[in-house]
Amino acid sequence: MATESGPAIDPVHQFSIHPVVPISIAGQDFSLTNSGLFMLLAVALTCLIAAIAARGDSGVPSRMQAMGEMAYEFVAGMVRSAAGEAGMRFFPLVFSIFFFILLCNLLGFIPYSFTATAQIIITASLALLVFLTVLIVGIKDHGVQFFKTFVPPGVPIYILPLVVAIEIVSFLSRPVSHSVRLFANMLAGHITLYVFGSFVIMLLGAGAAIKALAILPFAMTVGLEALELLVAFLQAYVFAMLTCMYLNDALHPGGH
Amino acid sequence: MAQSETTQTEVGHEGGGHSSFPPFDASTFPAQLLWFFIAFGLLYWFMSKRALPQIGAVIENRKARIARDLDDATAMQQKADAAAAAHEKTLAEARAKAQSMAQAARDQLAAESEAKRKTLEDELAAKLAEAERQIAATRTQAMTSVAAIAREAAGAIVERLAGRPADPAAVAAAVDSVKPASGEA
Repeated sequence: MATESGPAIDPVHQFSIHPVVPISIAGQDFSLTNSGLFMLLAVALTCLIAAIAARGDSGVPSRMQAMGEMAYEFVAGMVRSAAGEAGMRFFPLVFSIFFFILLCNLLGFIPYSFTATAQIIITASLALLVFLTVLIVGIKDHGVQFFKTFVPPGVPIYILPLVVAIEIVSFLSRPVSHSVRLFANMLAGHITLYVFGSFVIMLLGAGAAIKALAILPFAMTVGLEALELLVAFLQAYVFAMLTCMYLNDALHPGGH
Repeated sequence: MAQSETTQTEVGHEGGGHSSFPPFDASTFPAQLLWFFIAFGLLYWFMSKRALPQIGAVIENRKARIARDLDDATAMQQKADAAAAAHEKTLAEARAKAQSMAQAARDQLAAESEAKRKTLEDELAAKLAEAERQIAATRTQAMTSVAAIAREAAGAIVERLAGRPADPAAVAAAVDSVKPASGEA
């Protein structure tokens, strides 16, 4: 009785990419897709809010201004606590990453919208951006000293090779865990929401007595929605926080 | 786009060319990457060049202004304290001056009245002494008169009793012999 004629239950369909403005450069497809559109939308919204927040220069802030300043102080506090005052040169990067992810996550909550952060290529790009920033800044600022990151002080010499090997593997696997964490969280959340939402529709499509049961997956969906909202904030925060901690390695290598 | 027809488990509607799992469909990666870098680049540029410096400047300005206002308030407080202290001091000075003036007036009055009393006392004492002297003179005069009267009276008594005038020298001697007693009386 499940999939008679209506839309089939296809929880991953929501992640499929459709071209919005087809663009092809040198035979390669560079179309503006729904993914690109929602990223641009997230950026536009963030910039709009930031522009409004940055406009007022009065001593007493307006609501938007207070919100912008709260966001500023929040991210600045995060950077300072994890990477110290020296980390403030990466403040714009961390701020952009945090709000890019947050807005992409939140836009995904709008029905029929698209969640760009549920695309592994996007989260991987963000993670690699951070990884390469750490690598380049670390080597540029500290040269060979940067590789002290892999040699924790105070480790006995006979287990040092093992520790260094583990440190290198953990360093190299950072972009993987960094990107997969966000991707998997958003993906799983949206699939779960979709599945429970489909249950509601399935039960409503069934017989009269079973219709009443639809309240159960509906309640579940409402609860999950709240949980996913928390996850949307939390994952943006976790991603930005880890970015700060990785940047801290670039700024203070060997400072475990 | 039609490159992965390998493991199509689902129906594969919507044009049919998608991978079974869209996020892993590598054919979408170039376009997504391009638009990611355009979007994120725009965001980073706007944040680092425009919004964040402005917001930061506003926050710094406010901090500076609050600090300045607090400093001003402290300075004003100090000024007010100084003014209060000065006022207190003038008040204390005035009070002390008034007290000293009152004391001086009191002292002067006391001295004046003391002097007056003294002159009065002296005057009285002088008058008293004069009176005492007069009394003493009167008394001595009276005493000498008493002796003469007693001699006269004794002479007269003797003359009446004896029928002849009495010897004045004998009478005087007789009177003088009793005089110390009467003089002491």
